Amino acid sequence: MAAQHFAQPRSKVNDFALKLANVNGTGSSSANNLLMRSIFRMGVPVSGKNLFPSNIQGLPTWYEIRVNKDGHVARARTYDLMVAMNGQTYARDIAEVTSGGFTMYDSSWPLDRDLIREDVTYLGVPLAEMCNDEFRGPRERILMKNIACAGALVAMLGIDMEVIAQLLTEQFAGKDRLRESNQRALRLGHDFATSHFDYPLPCRVETMDATRGSILIDGNTAAALGCVYAGATVAAWYPITPSTSLMDAFAKYCAKFRIDPETGRNNYLVLQAEDELAAIGMVLGASWAGARAFTSTSGPGISLMQELLGMGYYAEVPAVIFDVQRVGPSTGMPTRVQQADILACAYASHGDTKHVLLFPANPAECFEMAANAFDLAERFQTPVFVLSDLDIGMNDWVSPALEWDDSYVPDRGRVLDAGELRELEVYHRYEPADSESVAARTLPGVSELGAYFTRGSGHTIEGAYTEYPEEYQAVLDRLARKHTAAAEHTPAPLVDQRAQSPLAIVTLGSCELAVLEAIELLAERGITADYMRVRGFPFGAGVRAFLEAHDRIVVVEQNRDAQLRTLFTLETAVSKEKLESVLAYGGYPLSAEDVVDGVTKILGG
Amino acid sequence: MPSIVKPLVTHPGLERNALGLTIRDYEGGMSTLCAGCGHDSVTAAITHALWESDTPPHMIAKLSGIGCSAKTAAYFARGAHGFNGCHGRMPPIATGASAANRDLLCIGISGDGDSLSIGLGHLAHLVRRNVRMVYVIENNGVYGLTKGQFSASADVGSTTKRGEANHLQPIDPIFLGLSVGATFLARGFSGDKRQLVPIFRAAMAHRGLAVIDVISPCVTFNDHEGSTKSYLFTRQHDVQMTVTDFVPPAEEISATIPTEGVVSIPMHDGATLRFRSVPEGYDPTDRIAVMEHLMSARGRGEIVTGLLYVDEQSSDLHELGNTTEKPLTQVPYEQLCPGSAALAGVGFR
Repeated sequence: MAAQHFAQPRSKVNDFALKLANVNGTGSSSANNLLMRSIFRMGVPVSGKNLFPSNIQGLPTWYEIRVNKDGHVARARTYDLMVAMNGQTYARDIAEVTSGGFTMYDSSWPLDRDLIREDVTYLGVPLAEMCNDEFRGPRERILMKNIACAGALVAMLGIDMEVIAQLLTEQFAGKDRLRESNQRALRLGHDFATSHFDYPLPCRVETMDATRGSILIDGNTAAALGCVYAGATVAAWYPITPSTSLMDAFAKYCAKFRIDPETGRNNYLVLQAEDELAAIGMVLGASWAGARAFTSTSGPGISLMQELLGMGYYAEVPAVIFDVQRVGPSTGMPTRVQQADILACAYASHGDTKHVLLFPANPAECFEMAANAFDLAERFQTPVFVLSDLDIGMNDWVSPALEWDDSYVPDRGRVLDAGELRELEVYHRYEPADSESVAARTLPGVSELGAYFTRGSGHTIEGAYTEYPEEYQAVLDRLARKHTAAAEHTPAPLVDQRAQSPLAIVTLGSCELAVLEAIELLAERGITADYMRVRGFPFGAGVRAFLEAHDRIVVVEQNRDAQLRTLFTLETAVSKEKLESVLAYGGYPLSAEDVVDGVTKILGG
Repeated sequence: MPSIVKPLVTHPGLERNALGLTIRDYEGGMSTLCAGCGHDSVTAAITHALWESDTPPHMIAKLSGIGCSAKTAAYFARGAHGFNGCHGRMPPIATGASAANRDLLCIGISGDGDSLSIGLGHLAHLVRRNVRMVYVIENNGVYGLTKGQFSASADVGSTTKRGEANHLQPIDPIFLGLSVGATFLARGFSGDKRQLVPIFRAAMAHRGLAVIDVISPCVTFNDHEGSTKSYLFTRQHDVQMTVTDFVPPAEEISATIPTEGVVSIPMHDGATLRFRSVPEGYDPTDRIAVMEHLMSARGRGEIVTGLLYVDEQSSDLHELGNTTEKPLTQVPYEQLCPGSAALAGVGFR
């Protein structure tokens, strides 16, 4: 059979996006991941985003790979190559192919004529047929179909066959039979593609040296490691997508690093709680007793924790909460991404409460901010939230290798030991406060002299019960001052003012890559903008100065109600009129095009 | 201020325990409960048991939820830290405290609203985890602080002060405990301190969770005719199923007391539980037999008291978690942080 030829559009070497449309539960994700990893190993900047359903088997699932030599690997909205392996979603998938792009499909069955686009080239690979001939048993045939598909893609994308073969060898070390069948399937797809198509495609990979020193890691794994390194010993949680893998990773790394070599006993305890109310209760109890304790959860868990979060704030008990945000409200879309818990966390619980928030943008920051969070929680004796999200938490990111400073000393805050207590005439829990409005705490099991009664009811600066206004207010006002004092201890914003523009784009978290790419795209169109990424709340002087210094500020975030913008208007002096919003809240990771479109619309209007 | 400071009065003739402390040293703040409240008697029994057990006050952690019962954590052991948490949430807070510092003697004080309604799920899971602590339910069948609504422990037919009858089935924490794997279950009556003190002492020595359901009448809202949690009704229907002595490790079992028919159960710390009086066929270590005895007693309308069930064999939270023997709060940071070198193997390269 003669090779199929295609017209060559402009070169897309190391600059393209592809999307793999699959059926959930068929084993496609490991094959897709294999492709992404092999591109990373070829030294080319890449991202892989798993758009999976809240389902175990049967619903559509997608995996998007973006390859970009300049490091712009935020999500793409259109695709140079669609690997359409799910009949349920053919129409939607084929519509997303860029003009001049390609669609690979399983030609074991004919493609409906309605799905044929004139401006798209179709690459039919009879995957099911080939795998039915080659493999036995329905499960193996289905699994190997994915690998055979990967093999065809290896050929079409110019991926180094040796690199991917090496990955399979590593993945199936000690499982020779599995490795052999995977290699066979890979070769099957590869050979079909090379004998039937003009390969590689214009969108293809060529070896670079841009990922040296980098690792592939997801944010939940990095956050879990951060907790191990920060010295967390008690972890309590209730399973919830997309935060579950954080606690799984914590347990995994504890099993590796936290077993006492002499006794074989564990220097940690992970508690799978009966619900999120219990999880935060356990964290407060453990922190109160002097451990570094944390929980990981997502939006619905934050809602359930509200009452005890207020208690932690008012009774001044440290706690660290990782909120891997997903789409709300209510159950929302558990496997999709938003940053929509900002306000729910900033003001969690009834009454006057204000919390400390950290906003990591990538796995490396998830790692670093874990230690920041414990330091802040103990220094300011209060719950601290790390607001990650599903895109950061569950997708593999190309990240600089994690670094740890061995000179780090945990900031355990003001805690009096038995000797210090003996030197005091009398100990009171909530006075005297230091310049940051923090009073010294004591731990149970240390000394009678430090005993006090922790309560969520109205209390005096001595810690005694009260219902008198002036005594109650003295404590509440100090808590407000304490929150303000925490501002200069939260991570400073990342700012780029090289454009010297009166226009600024401000964002947070996982929006970063899309926004940075958008700023470049806008500059190509003559629109220059300064940039700030907020990394913590309460807002420090750096954030306030940046907001003051710009005339027009576009806040980019992934929620409907402009929650970060709202927080600026509530907690800084910035004029509301200066702030505008670009909001993307459909649940997919942000694209630069979303930002460009939004900013252009604002400026045009 | 609305809290009342209790004057410290020490009598020179007061007996001292092994730590040289008197009973006064185990007391706390002034009670603000109603005069005659059963809870104050429970407090007194706990205070006595703590003193008798020679527990250093700073090693006690007092935990409670919300309600009249929750307040009582402030009324004993002033030398101990207390945590008056949120309604129903004491079990997880206690679990966390015990997880962090396994050397603490955690004493949880709860009520029937706290434990059997809003916090029922937490109690069940606390039992399953077998967290080493003393868990007291001051059970009066009524919501006192909100002025007299039925609680989940109110018996069918029991009436409010105004004469309205409860129609909902009660939740019995002893049956609950038996069904979810409790390792120490007792019921007492606030009016019988002689029975309560040894039960509390045994509870403090127990390896695992000790649940003690104490019928503790509410003199203001549930002590009338028609109530099944009144002083009178409890006195009339109290049947001591078992009579138990707690024999500390150092003390030898006195030979003068007849040992015939006595069931002795060795405790984890070397103490002995001696069941002096049990009905024929009653084995306090046999879950099914205990369940059968209690079921038939319930059918007879009896309020069964005593140490009802003990399992000294099951593992507690820390044994199940293979946690280091030293409290986690005392493991030095250097042993917790793997150090930068260990990062070399992290992530996919």
